[in-house]
Amino acid sequence: MTTSFTRSDLLLPLPPPASLVGPWGWARANLFSSPLQALLTLVGGYIAVLAIWTFVDFTVIRAVWTGADRDACLDDKVGRSVGACWPFVWAKFGQFMYGFYPVEERWRVNLTYGAAIALLVPLLIPSVPQKPLNAVLFFGAFPILAFNLLYGGSIINPWLSVGGWLAILGGLALVAGYLMSRVEGPPNVVFLQWGGAAIAVGTLLLLLVRTGLFADPALPIVETRQWGGLLVTLVVATTGIVAALPIGVALALGRRSKMPIIRLLSVAVIELVRGVPLITVLFFATYMLPLFLERSPDAMVRVLVGVSVFSGAYMAETIRGGLQAIPKGQFEGAMALGLNYPRMMSLIVMPQALKLVIPGIVNAFIGLFKDTTLVSIVAIFDLLGGIRAGFTDPQWASPVTLYTGFAFAGIIYFAFCYFMSRYSIFVENRLNTGRRR
Amino acid sequence: MQKCGVFGVNVPDDGAFWVPAKDNKSTTFRVGKAATMKRIVSTLALGAALGFSATAALAQAPSTLRNIQNKGFVQCGVSQGLAGFSQPDSAGNWTGLDVDFCRALAAAIFNDPSKVRFSPLSAKDRFTALQSGEVDVLSRNSTWTIQRDTSLGLNFAGINYYDGQGFLVRKSLNVKSARELSGASVCVQTGTTTELNVADFFRANNLKYEPVVFATADETIKAYDSGRCDVFTTDASGLYAERVKLAKPDDHVVLPEIISKEPLGPVVRHGDDQWFDLVKWTHFAMITAEELNITKANLDQMLQSTNPEIRRVLGVEGNFGEALGLSRDWVVRIVRHVGNYAEIFDRNVGPSTRLGISRGLNALWTKGGLQYAPPIR
Repeated sequence: MTTSFTRSDLLLPLPPPASLVGPWGWARANLFSSPLQALLTLVGGYIAVLAIWTFVDFTVIRAVWTGADRDACLDDKVGRSVGACWPFVWAKFGQFMYGFYPVEERWRVNLTYGAAIALLVPLLIPSVPQKPLNAVLFFGAFPILAFNLLYGGSIINPWLSVGGWLAILGGLALVAGYLMSRVEGPPNVVFLQWGGAAIAVGTLLLLLVRTGLFADPALPIVETRQWGGLLVTLVVATTGIVAALPIGVALALGRRSKMPIIRLLSVAVIELVRGVPLITVLFFATYMLPLFLERSPDAMVRVLVGVSVFSGAYMAETIRGGLQAIPKGQFEGAMALGLNYPRMMSLIVMPQALKLVIPGIVNAFIGLFKDTTLVSIVAIFDLLGGIRAGFTDPQWASPVTLYTGFAFAGIIYFAFCYFMSRYSIFVENRLNTGRRR
Repeated sequence: MQKCGVFGVNVPDDGAFWVPAKDNKSTTFRVGKAATMKRIVSTLALGAALGFSATAALAQAPSTLRNIQNKGFVQCGVSQGLAGFSQPDSAGNWTGLDVDFCRALAAAIFNDPSKVRFSPLSAKDRFTALQSGEVDVLSRNSTWTIQRDTSLGLNFAGINYYDGQGFLVRKSLNVKSARELSGASVCVQTGTTTELNVADFFRANNLKYEPVVFATADETIKAYDSGRCDVFTTDASGLYAERVKLAKPDDHVVLPEIISKEPLGPVVRHGDDQWFDLVKWTHFAMITAEELNITKANLDQMLQSTNPEIRRVLGVEGNFGEALGLSRDWVVRIVRHVGNYAEIFDRNVGPSTRLGISRGLNALWTKGGLQYAPPIR
């Protein structure tokens, strides 16, 4: 008699075939899934290995690390094929970082960098508390502090001047508010009183500056003409980046405004500035403006204004792209809730629009960071300009000096741009909860 | 006549209309009626052409020297880096032949060679910077040509370096003269007079050549070094500076032929003859000092000299400095702080430097060169 065997439990699953797991399986699935894929993998891999090997070979393996002058970097003198000539960079390092900034004052630049990092890093990390205070310190107080340190002169006066002008502007706004309240109903006298007081305080502060009472304590003045190297690159890029966003938002909103004059002006500014190369803007600001003005502002200020307006105009179009993507219902919903224009924009529309265009914004920032090298055409030596000037020094002229300098510039630019790019991806992921796939 | 270079408009300028009243009150009233009329007419014409803006620019124009004395330094346009002529050293100090000329100006005016500020200018915008008043003087290896001297509204104040275009070849080619270069490929920077000079030279001598052009000097020398062409050509001073960038400088030789004239010198704007004179005579003073063998080292002995010529130059007798708007010891100041022409040349580009350029055309006229200064008397 035969008893039929019935299996009462399931077989244990077999492990997947060896060809599908482990590194080999991963490679088969992702790199060699078809003949074409295999070919592309091999070609791409070859190019990647070649590029990385060339770079590492030049900058590390064959590089020269110490030396006093060009003799250290000559094949004949060293007795082998020489790669990067790093002693050239060490010798010129101060030049590349600070330009002609006086050696004994360079601590001021380092201190500025320190303050910037101390304020910026907590601002960039979401979990650190006290964001509003931090933002006020970074965007409000830090520029004045940086001016104090980098430019020099009286330490107290810049604070008084900025405070004075802010008080006067605020006071004028309050007076305007009083005048408007008179039109609408019973006049709000408190506005007038506070406004008057603010204007008085502001005027007093400005007068204090005028008296020269606080001319001391002061740091020796280092004129912007003496700034150079990475310092100039960072000053121009940071100013451009920080100014671009507010200018861009204002111009983007202006361009979509229903008020014809504002719309026309915004369109005119955007199209005019975008229609002209940055070099032209800088050239005009530096060499043409002094012809028209009796007293023209400092060369660096002219460049900063030019770069800010330029980056602002580009930013406006990026942001406008974000605004176009917001459905009409969002605007109507906000209005139905009874929000006025500023609130609708700041609470409903802008947060969504800006979130959408983060890649575009960061794209513009990275472009701007690298465009700062154009300032070297207007007699300001930025990082790249300083490095190029270093090439001409006969003490360091060697066949590899040129490549070394450009490799160094490339590494620095890459470090900054890569950081910006990674941070933008981090922010995108954080904000993109609704659309993440 | 005052020429506003960028716009090319001529405006009469005796200092009257354009000078702020406090500077030059007396001349304002000395102007005759006809002249006044002429001024008014041209003012109107100018106003129509340029608007309100130009008057502001012209108001600063008259006395460059007074302007410099007020601000306390000379603003000097130099190159963005040319070995031996103007380049920042590792500590960030400018050095070079062109730079020392600016220091000599500062020494003559302020008795302090450090009262000078340098604007590193590219070849493109050097003349614009001078015309717009961004710099007081341009000392930036600029070739004196008729076009620049006239239609650009500039004045060349002398020639502090006689340059000319030359050729660099490999020794292994066994070429002794540029006339043996038929059929050669020539590495040259595009858009320069260099490129045109090569074309002229080879055509005039009925030789064939193949130009290989590049945008920048760095690319050009790299291409030559890697063997893309047989010949590298640029100004002779540049040949020496570029040769040290080669892998094996000693395997290359500069051919004797110089195929063009490149007289380099300091440049000023049209319209201020006093400043033009001052710059011109600063250059002549350094030549004269070399001619009379007045050096930094023996200056104090020379001040005791009985030679009437030396006494005149050093301001012991006569007072020629005053006519330039300077003090009578202006030459003493130049030599004490900067040195005579030979000292400057040897220090920056001479045989003991890495460039190792011999005096050649830049020797004094008494030694077979071209450097010659009118007498100081």
